[in-house]
Amino acid sequence: MPSITEIRNDFPILQQEIHGHPLAFLDSAASSQKPVQVIEAMDQYYRTTHANVHRGVHTLSENATAAYENARLRLARFLNAASPREIIFTRNATESLNLVAYSWGRTNLSAGDEVLITEMEHHSNIVPWQLVCEMTGATLRFVPITSRGELDFEALDDLLTERTKLFAFTAMSNVLGTINPVAELVEQAHAVGAIAVVDGAQSVPHLATDVQALDADFLALSSHKMLGPTGVGALYGKRALLEAMPPFLGGGDMIREVKMTGSSWNDLPYKFEAGTPAIAEVIGLGAAVDYLNDLDMDWVATHEREITTYAWEQIHQVEGVRVLGPGPDRRGGLLAFVLGDIHPHDVAAVLDMEGIAVRAGHHCAQPIHDHYGISATTRASFYVYNTKAEVDRFVAALYKTKEIFEF
Amino acid sequence: MDDLYRENILDHYRYPQNKGHLENPDIHYHDVNPFCGDEITMELKLDGDRIVDVAFDGKGCAISMASASMLTEEIKGMTLDEVKALDKDFILDMLGIEIGPVRLKCALLSLKVVKAGVWGLEEWPE
Ligand SMILES: Cc1ncc(COP(=O)(O)O)c(C=O)c1O
Repeated sequence: MPSITEIRNDFPILQQEIHGHPLAFLDSAASSQKPVQVIEAMDQYYRTTHANVHRGVHTLSENATAAYENARLRLARFLNAASPREIIFTRNATESLNLVAYSWGRTNLSAGDEVLITEMEHHSNIVPWQLVCEMTGATLRFVPITSRGELDFEALDDLLTERTKLFAFTAMSNVLGTINPVAELVEQAHAVGAIAVVDGAQSVPHLATDVQALDADFLALSSHKMLGPTGVGALYGKRALLEAMPPFLGGGDMIREVKMTGSSWNDLPYKFEAGTPAIAEVIGLGAAVDYLNDLDMDWVATHEREITTYAWEQIHQVEGVRVLGPGPDRRGGLLAFVLGDIHPHDVAAVLDMEGIAVRAGHHCAQPIHDHYGISATTRASFYVYNTKAEVDRFVAALYKTKEIFEF
Repeated sequence: MDDLYRENILDHYRYPQNKGHLENPDIHYHDVNPFCGDEITMELKLDGDRIVDVAFDGKGCAISMASASMLTEEIKGMTLDEVKALDKDFILDMLGIEIGPVRLKCALLSLKVVKAGVWGLEEWPE
């Protein structure tokens, strides 16, 4: 296992000062930083290999295609998908969820049907369902959350009925940190004949994911939250479901035959990858998967739990702090909190002056904030490169914030 | 703090000027910053086209609240046309700090609200 110093040395961006302090990057839940291995894989690709994929017979195109497809294979293994054909590259988790909503949803939903989501979803797992329900006449329902920031399982039992056609939920909340029991939720969905869509944007970077063990029908993820570049994400989907779905976007690469009278669709996964993809970014994502595999996802989860537990204990020493969501044993590596009535923007701005990067706002999850009757929170989130020393600096900066604003 | 939270900003944040509501204001406008949920209401009392009294209410970060408080002091006594001519640079001069593009929205919310009110807009045009 590499030491944390070795890991940090892989991340060039961390080797800088912000406002005269070493950067403590506690905003990986929004987007993680990238190791040199990822940056170099993309750089190498552009220097030596680039050509369009799946099109040319010349050497570069063959090599680019091989590198692109190899990244798909590695991501498929990382998620334990049954086949790389079940991995569709998209722009991000948001597009992956939209793909399911538009392609599966518009074909399979109609008036009288229900789509069930939860109150702890990111807007990207709410708005596509609102749109598709509007288009199809289906009804959108929400599983409420408890005061502890966990799903209300009793309410879930009542809400999940034979009218439910699709249940979409996050594996890990980006505000509450709550880790949901994905396999059980999937099983409950299947028991009423609904398909289960998992938003893995926050969980896949931090917890080992086995889509077959979870029995998820679909799972969405973003590369940029798991050490990879921006501009690429993926949708895992069970082959039988994907085969039966119409395309999402039309264009080049996704067709078998185009006639003036109509077209027929390419095989999976290409049916869903219209146009020239983000080739370099997919290759960067492949390198990020390798990096995480080298670290070992169990180590990643253990490291984060340690940091998060420590941060949980330390932050509760600060009077006036209220952390949203469950205790450290049932949460991922993030803490969203309020500090007295100091506005989260002000907290984040003071922390920034100390070289500490945290996020402030509603984190694209307004329903959660409404649930707690607050408009915004400050969020610190942790990843493979964070240390307890950074947590100490973070907590010290909270004291400083109180000094500045409390009077 | 060195820069963003200069004493004048903190003073206005701690002891906001003209905070509250007017009786029968001639102009009343409310808006929110969807990015962070800050909200501000501005109320003006007019004599002809001159502003004789101002009040603001709202919640938000120190920058948006201090900016609103300072702005109420600045515009008292101005004509409506003078208010219409106020711009971003006026607010930045008034605050006397450097602000990045994200926080700029906080700083400008009160001006946006008061100008919308003065122009008599029902809604801020997108
Ligand atoms: C839980 C969750 N779902 C979905 C997303 C959307 O990810 P992206 O913006 O990369 O599509 C995020 C990102 O913040 C998230 O935290």
